[in-house]
Amino acid sequence: MMNTPLFEIVDQAINIEEVKEKVVSRNAGAITLFIGTVRELTKGKKTLHLEYQAYPAMAIKMLEQISKEMQERWPDVKVAISHRVGRLEITDIAVVIAVSSPHRKVAYEANEYAIDRIKQIVPIWKKEFWEDGTEWIGDQLENIPYPKGAPAKEDNLHD
Amino acid sequence: MIKVLLFAHLQETIGESELNVELTGQTVEQIKARLETQYPGVSLQQVMAAVNEEFATDETIVNDGDTLAFIPPISGG
Repeated sequence: MMNTPLFEIVDQAINIEEVKEKVVSRNAGAITLFIGTVRELTKGKKTLHLEYQAYPAMAIKMLEQISKEMQERWPDVKVAISHRVGRLEITDIAVVIAVSSPHRKVAYEANEYAIDRIKQIVPIWKKEFWEDGTEWIGDQLENIPYPKGAPAKEDNLHD
Repeated sequence: MIKVLLFAHLQETIGESELNVELTGQTVEQIKARLETQYPGVSLQQVMAAVNEEFATDETIVNDGDTLAFIPPISGG
């Protein structure tokens, strides 16, 4: 059995199968995999490549917190998340989230919860290298600032 | 002594990923103000702070040996 951690920030290509293996359970009837990839066009603007930077120690803590929140809502789910940092090309995989659950619906819901929360509380930044030469680092949700001084736990989630 | 970590555009603007500052016992807000004075053109108003890897508020007091990270709006995923 592997003993790699459930939550990782990595600077190499993510192996989807390995992330999935971490949530395999005899109690599971479903595993959902979310694979976040690098998109070429954003609002008509062409991205050449991008770079992700993380605050790894805190990012891992926040991923663990997200897992804890998920366990509170859905006690039977198991979750594993790997996020890549460094230079990524178009179509490269930036993040993989695997969630297993006894039932399908919760596996989907919990997986979406995880990516929504990642975009709120996990300290990772994306730097875009646009075709026109400009660079940009910022908030892709475009709904910041955080109203109460810290990212809200329940606000701004998709339902 | 506190360790200040900088990321994303802050790291590029200030030109350092880490600073050591002698501002112990002050609030996050006070430290932000000091750094803004020290580095003209740097704004920390929309920037979150974390002390020892936990989100903090402007009122949080930063003590000797703490790590204070400034967290610009995040864009992971």
